[in-house]
Amino acid sequence: MNPEKVVFGFFIVLSLTLNFGFFVGEIDDPVHHNVYELFAVLVVNIIATLLKFGDRSQQGAILLSTSLVAVLQLVAAAILWMWVEHISGSGLTPSAMASIVSLSGGAMLANIISVVLLIIETVMLRR
Amino acid sequence: MDNIVFLILRRMRRPLLTLVLVYAVSILGLVLIPGQDAQGQPWHMSFFHAFYFVSFMSTTIGFGEVPYEFTDAQRVWVTICIYLSVVAWLYAIGTILSLLQDKTFQHAIRERRFAQRIRRMREPFYILCGYGETGRELARALTERGQHVVVVDLNEDKINLLKLQNLRDYVPALHANARTPRYLMEAGLGHPQCAGVVALTNNNEVNLKIAITAKLLNPDVTVICRADSHEIEANMASFGTDYIIDPFDTFAKYLSTALQTPGLYLLQRWLTSRPGTLLPEPVYPPTRGHWIIGGYGRFGKAVFERLKKEDISVTVMEATPEKTGEPRQGVVKGRGTEEETLLEADIQQAVGIVAGTDNDANNLSIVMTARAMTNKLFVIARQNYRENDTLFQAVGADMVMHPSAIVAEKIRVLLATPMLYEFMSLAAYQEENWACELVSRIAGLVDHRVPLIQEFCIQQSRHCAIEYMLERGKVVRLGDIMREPGNLERPLNSIALLRISRNSRELLPADDTELLLGDKLLFCGTRHAFSTMEWILCHGPTLEYMLTGEDQPRSWLWRKYGKRFKR
Repeated sequence: MNPEKVVFGFFIVLSLTLNFGFFVGEIDDPVHHNVYELFAVLVVNIIATLLKFGDRSQQGAILLSTSLVAVLQLVAAAILWMWVEHISGSGLTPSAMASIVSLSGGAMLANIISVVLLIIETVMLRR
Repeated sequence: MDNIVFLILRRMRRPLLTLVLVYAVSILGLVLIPGQDAQGQPWHMSFFHAFYFVSFMSTTIGFGEVPYEFTDAQRVWVTICIYLSVVAWLYAIGTILSLLQDKTFQHAIRERRFAQRIRRMREPFYILCGYGETGRELARALTERGQHVVVVDLNEDKINLLKLQNLRDYVPALHANARTPRYLMEAGLGHPQCAGVVALTNNNEVNLKIAITAKLLNPDVTVICRADSHEIEANMASFGTDYIIDPFDTFAKYLSTALQTPGLYLLQRWLTSRPGTLLPEPVYPPTRGHWIIGGYGRFGKAVFERLKKEDISVTVMEATPEKTGEPRQGVVKGRGTEEETLLEADIQQAVGIVAGTDNDANNLSIVMTARAMTNKLFVIARQNYRENDTLFQAVGADMVMHPSAIVAEKIRVLLATPMLYEFMSLAAYQEENWACELVSRIAGLVDHRVPLIQEFCIQQSRHCAIEYMLERGKVVRLGDIMREPGNLERPLNSIALLRISRNSRELLPADDTELLLGDKLLFCGTRHAFSTMEWILCHGPTLEYMLTGEDQPRSWLWRKYGKRFKR
């Protein structure tokens, strides 16, 4: 058992599960979407991205790019949240909430691809 | 490219992870710990404020507690966070700094810049492997003639030396082992503009490996190699190395030229020396009498064979004949630096001595001891290191054999003026009188300095005037372009040495030779002569004037009516 692979898999799967947790619920209902959960998703995704740095294989490159996509989407969601709460002052209206959640939904898609790639790599491993 | 990015990513992974963790923990703590707003109401920091606060916390401590003053509980947490984040930042910045100073990293960056520069080369260039004395001389000679050079050397000091050297052209240099094919490829072996590879390292095996690599990976490229042993030479020749240069054999060949035809040898020296230096004096090695060779190494053997071919009696002195082997006639054992050995080798009867060991001090000592014992001696000294130049000048040897200089000169002629190389090989079949006559013509041409060598090819868009003339069926003779445009009676200070025309080669073409499109001409002469000649070849009206002796009217009107005015 390779501890590096354990940590790697852990973070990739965790980023997907957390992302899913944030995503489920009525899309425009702020009660269903917790800000702490978004924070956790963002942090775990950044960590997962960093873990993929320096992997020279083709698989590693694609994993890195999907992670970057996820991080980008989540950062956009976080900035949007900050904007409506603190700057525009309109608060979490249903439309703003829907935008945030749909952005995180996009990130979830990227995370799903990451996990699928991880599973493919594991299946292909002949050792 | 990949190398550098991946090196940074791999090294920075851990520090960045630490930083993200510290940030995450700090932000989370600040959001969770309850605070108070200005009215004393309980208040929770939002993620946005927490992120803002943590971002400036470690870098500008003391910026203030925003947006409301902190409670004591928050302050305790912030204190912990400050220490955590400062350490994490230091760790990250420290790693970046040490990475920048890392040798491997710096080398990766330099290698990448080098490869980029080579890829952008748009003119033919030569790859020099090995930047010792030979490489330095060659690089200077080639850049002076406007040719491009790329250098690969194992020794970093030599590469640094290149930067200090004031060469005319920028020479990209890579500090790497040219044995490794990857580095040769990086130096441009696969580049479409790569004209040749020159292997000049002081290691035969490495030169051999470079030659093989070059011939395998780019068969069209010219490969020139230095080799000191016959075995390696045969090996190199077996896979088609274009030119193999053995300094000892080359010198021995010069020596036999000097013995048989001193005039031809002088001609060769005058034409192949560095232009602008003083013309070398003629040498007349004695062909009758007894010769002594000190040292029976690679050089000694080469000279011994040549002298024997001339039926000259030779005695060999060698300190360690069991190592070097000995000729059939036997050797006098000893270094030759002491009187007894020289006496035993019959110094009193000798007319010439060759100091040919691989130790400069011994060679000088042999020459000085021998000179002290008998006065009329022809001295050939082998100089192994360039730094002893002044010593060998002071000792006044008639011929000095400096391997690096010989190799450099030969390759310089080969690469910079290939027609001169051809001229010399054709001249080798000429009579001694022919050579002497040419030598006296050259002496009249220039003022005790080595003349410039120039090649002209009459089929270049640059020489459009002559091309225009020839295409219209006008006859242009060689003499027409070798006169002063200001005074047609006066010839230019130059001699036409060789004309290559549709595979026929003509030595010293006469003035009335008709020039054809595609002709290649080789001249020796002065700078002024060549710039004038260039002007004649490019400038239509001047060329017309040279042919007819009068200015032709150039405007349509004047051409039509000018003739009537003249009448």
